[in-house]
Amino acid sequence: MAGRWRAATVAAHRPETPTARTLVLRVPDWPGHLAGQHVDVRLTAEDGYTAQRSYSLAAPAVGDLIEVTVQRVPDGEVSPYLVEVADVGDQIEIRGPLGGWFVWRPDDPAPVVLVAGGAGIVPLMSMVRTRRMARAKALFRLLYSLRSPAERYYSTELGSHQAGDGGLDVFLAYTREAPEGVTRPPQRLALSEINTHGLPPDSAPTCFVCGPTGFVESAANALVALGHDPRRIKTERFGPSGGRP
Amino acid sequence: MTTPSVSEPSHLDGNALAGPLSEVFRVDLTGATRRCAVCGITGAFAELRVYAECPGLVVRCPGCDTVVLRLVHEGGVLWLDLGGTGCLRLRVK
Ligand SMILES: Cc1cc2nc3c(=O)[nH]c(=O)nc-3n(C[C@H](O)[C@H](O)[C@H](O)COP(=O)(O)OP(=O)(O)OC[C@H]3O[C@@H](n4cnc5c(N)ncnc54)[C@H](O)[C@@H]3O)c2cc1C
Ligand SMILES: [Zn+2]
Repeated sequence: MAGRWRAATVAAHRPETPTARTLVLRVPDWPGHLAGQHVDVRLTAEDGYTAQRSYSLAAPAVGDLIEVTVQRVPDGEVSPYLVEVADVGDQIEIRGPLGGWFVWRPDDPAPVVLVAGGAGIVPLMSMVRTRRMARAKALFRLLYSLRSPAERYYSTELGSHQAGDGGLDVFLAYTREAPEGVTRPPQRLALSEINTHGLPPDSAPTCFVCGPTGFVESAANALVALGHDPRRIKTERFGPSGGRP
Repeated sequence: MTTPSVSEPSHLDGNALAGPLSEVFRVDLTGATRRCAVCGITGAFAELRVYAECPGLVVRCPGCDTVVLRLVHEGGVLWLDLGGTGCLRLRVK
């Protein structure tokens, strides 16, 4: 049952940016999950104090192995441990998979607009990877708002035309510092860009928006202003944290 | 760093309730459709606004701000106030 806490062992980790990393966790008898679902992570200190936080699953499961990507929040209770301290062999507790609404299924033919701010890319990357693995045909448009090239998650994989990614378009909106050769000046993701790089409301896409609460709020409002049906806009707010877009 | 400023909204979506509610319910309520008893709005349970206010969670209707539910988990005791839940529609297997 999803409500049960179970032991997870850190099987591997790799840096995504100087302040974020992916953890591969081994969870015996993992039942599998849908793209977009999350887990709750619980840490227990030696004195018995516990802290729990939610983290999106970043990829489809491979057997007992699942992945999360965590952005370090300065002075945070949980994320600095997961990004800087947790090592291979360490145990944490998790429960999940959780959530039945912010999910994408590869047999859904409807076109999809994905809008990510900062760490909000994590569950959307799970959708991209699930689509690739299933060789699904649904049209995907991903708009990824991030501060700078150094803050880019999954940089070697995302937007480099992997086999199975036909029909996926990626637009990167740098907000503070753009890499050389990019003519778009660093600025916030604009309504006009969501219009140009998203999909028209007539095609009735499902829209998934994820990131820090303020980012999600403005991106979801922009989609509504462009004429998208609010019932087709699904949001996942990470709270104030989750990495600034 | 510091607490977010007033202009920065800090609530989460109902999705974040999936874990805490799984301690009580066997089915995932976040996928349910809810009709608000106060304002009549219909929407996904996952669209509710979740405020993490110490020591628990306060969940409000996106239509009228009514407190839909409150959940406090403290020292092995769980308090769940479902006062404003309204009517839920769930798919069951
Ligand atoms: C459904 C869901 C899925 C999530 N998925 C992910 C995910 O995939 N990856 C991920 O990294 N996070 C994700 N989050 C966010 C995550 O759950 C934590 O909130 C985050 O890691 C911070 O926890 P913490 O304990 O480190 O910080 P806390 O101890 O909770 O916060 C410390 C202090 O820092 C403040 N603060 C938080 N962020 C910032 C910031 N960016 N700038 C300035 N001040 C800040 C807080 O208000 C607080 O005062 C998700 C959240 C939800 C609800
Ligand atoms: Zn209401």
